[in-house]
Amino acid sequence: MNWLRALLVMLLCLPAMSALALNPDEILDNPALEARARDISAEIRCLVCQNQSIDDSDADLARDLRLLVRERLVAGDSDDQVRQYLVDRYGEFVLLRPRMEARTILLWGAAPVLLLIGLIILFIAARRRTPATPQSLTGEEKAVLKALQSDKAKQ
Amino acid sequence: MPIELGHFALILAFAIASIAAVGGFAFWRSGERIAQFVSQAAILQFVLIAIAFLALIQAFVVSDFSLALAAKNSNPVIPMLFKISGVWGNHEGSMLLWILILVGFGAMVAAFGKNLPRDLLTLVLAMQALLTASFSGFTIFTSNPFWRLSPAPLQGSDLNPVLQDVGLAIHPPLLYTGYVGFSICFSFAIAALISGRIDGAWARWVRPWAILSWLFLTLGIAMGSYWAYYELGWGGWWFWDPVENASFMPWLAGTALLHSALVMEKRNALKVWTVFLSIITFSLSLLGTFLVRSGILTSVHTFASDPTRGLFILALLALFIGGAFLLFALRVSTLRHGGLFAPVSREGALILNNLFLATATGAVLVGTLYPLLLDALAGVSISVGPPFFNLTFAVLMSPLLIVLPFGPLLAWKRADVVAAAQRLVAAAALAMFLAVLIAALSGATVSMAPIGLLLGFWVAFGAFAELVERGKVGRIPPMDSVRRLAGLPRTTWATAIAHFGVGVTVLGIVATSAWETELVTTLNPGETTSLASYSIAFDSFDPENGPGFTAEVGTFTITDTDGGTRQMQAARRTYQASGLPTTEAAIQTYGFSQLYLQLGEAVNGTHVVRLWHKPYITLIWIGTLFMAFAGALSLTDRRLRVGAPRRKARQVREAVQ
Repeated sequence: MNWLRALLVMLLCLPAMSALALNPDEILDNPALEARARDISAEIRCLVCQNQSIDDSDADLARDLRLLVRERLVAGDSDDQVRQYLVDRYGEFVLLRPRMEARTILLWGAAPVLLLIGLIILFIAARRRTPATPQSLTGEEKAVLKALQSDKAKQ
Repeated sequence: MPIELGHFALILAFAIASIAAVGGFAFWRSGERIAQFVSQAAILQFVLIAIAFLALIQAFVVSDFSLALAAKNSNPVIPMLFKISGVWGNHEGSMLLWILILVGFGAMVAAFGKNLPRDLLTLVLAMQALLTASFSGFTIFTSNPFWRLSPAPLQGSDLNPVLQDVGLAIHPPLLYTGYVGFSICFSFAIAALISGRIDGAWARWVRPWAILSWLFLTLGIAMGSYWAYYELGWGGWWFWDPVENASFMPWLAGTALLHSALVMEKRNALKVWTVFLSIITFSLSLLGTFLVRSGILTSVHTFASDPTRGLFILALLALFIGGAFLLFALRVSTLRHGGLFAPVSREGALILNNLFLATATGAVLVGTLYPLLLDALAGVSISVGPPFFNLTFAVLMSPLLIVLPFGPLLAWKRADVVAAAQRLVAAAALAMFLAVLIAALSGATVSMAPIGLLLGFWVAFGAFAELVERGKVGRIPPMDSVRRLAGLPRTTWATAIAHFGVGVTVLGIVATSAWETELVTTLNPGETTSLASYSIAFDSFDPENGPGFTAEVGTFTITDTDGGTRQMQAARRTYQASGLPTTEAAIQTYGFSQLYLQLGEAVNGTHVVRLWHKPYITLIWIGTLFMAFAGALSLTDRRLRVGAPRRKARQVREAVQ
């Protein structure tokens, strides 16, 4: 179904197909800051595109956001402050990695919980399936057995 | 005229499928006569849908624009291949392709199912007929491809340029074959639940269908991924987009199904789970095809804009998925548990495989639907993107990859894990050596890279441990080993090759994620730049005309360290009929690595060039080819060619009675 996705990308990002995603004029001189900018950009959603990060997107809005990210970094913001700045402006929707909070707890918890449930089911099934190991005889039973055997011996 | 014939054939197929479904479910106990009826109906459905599909193709080939679909999605100037592939490059046509494959599988069951018990065959084909009736009904009433235009326009409005690619000609048919093939497993599960007949033989009948569908789905997903990689032009190969997840979920569930059906076939255990997986795999295929088609995954709002189709789809999904699970819940108690086994055994290993694959399927499903549900229930929009899926998936897959090589070395029922570990020492040592060596030589930018490499090599080498063991390689004269290896069942080879493929894909993913280098720069004809020991010269920039488009083509010469030169061309196209632009990336393959170049539009005579070196990226797709080949190899195994339960014995018994 990739072609369908491609179609959506084309249609949604069409007005800006002429530009390339990241342009040389956007790149910061400070390589450390630039690397941070790239890492942040890869996890920020281009709002007018179909599930593309601003780092990959050709849209004008993505370019604006990339410049904004770099502007904030140059101004001395931390990575989290940059993200918060974008969230304040555009909402949680802009983050491709949803933050861990009350309403995403089910999302982040899904895989561990599913795995745990699976393990519990397996454990129960395994216990139910293993045939009960023969228990050793109680003292009383042993006495009875002994008596029986000695009876047999007498005969 | 052919169009009306096709339209009529589609409606007739709908009618026949409806009758076969009702008749089959009502009289499935009646033995030979009804089995014959549904078999013939299955073949007839295939013939009729094939006629309908050919009618569509014919209209596209001759550019008959009185057909609304052709007028919207074709053009006389595009190459013949794209005229034909344009038939399924749209909603209505792709529905018909989906149904064609569905009835194709139904006809195959009717043709090859002669040795199935009569009642099982009737129920399977009745279920297939019900699916055919439902989806051809959906097509006829909400997405009819045969509507005509009067007066016919003189010119078609062109196929979307992104879709004018060999990738589109191949990708959807492969993917749909994979999706739809799992309908056979689904129908077998329903038939087993209704008839109460379920045993090792059932798994033996189901497994080939599961393998066949799985291998097509594998190829379809890989093809789609490669196509997105070279066509979308930003060098990514997997985006965790809902549309991709929709095809990945049935693949994960189908992979689990292959493995659990193995346990059921050999040991008559895991019956309930195998039936459940058969149902869930096809349900996810349906979800994949139709939730994507309805637009609900993109946004709740596009879904609401065309409620007829969406509601029809939801009703069908509810009918099939809900109905199947209801039946499962009602009848599951009739399935008795089979063979016992110790936790450490081949069965145990396969269960572990299923645990992780099922959890991964669930995690992808939750990640895909969560934003949708949150939006619908709480009115909050969030995004769940690649960072979430990469993290979740890596955490879930790593343990699976660690234990994978042990699986084939463990005996059924009760196994010795220490003995298995001893046989893997060589593979582990080799993997460790290579991972450390490569990491030390190349200085990874991602700190997890050596661990990823270790996992990849471990799986790739470990895959052959069973062959080494059973061929007694190194312990007896080499020629004897070769003879032993040649005599091994093909399924043993298939297992090794498929697992090797998994390792290869992992290596490709790790290498390209860790060592990819990128360069964004301005470059003009005559200038030269360099990346990862290649020097790239921009030779010329020329206009060019192609079928249905005009292009600006940049020609580049790459010089590698040995002084060898190669040319490559990147282009920007503008399609005449639609006016839509596309970019064509230039890709040059060196060994398993690729140089990927994208050319930007000239602004004031200056070109922006984005260049990537993607080390060992082709291993990602080569690994999937190994997996698909292994699936095909497994299908040629003697066990399947011979077909154990013959009907002769039964006929004799009937004659005696």
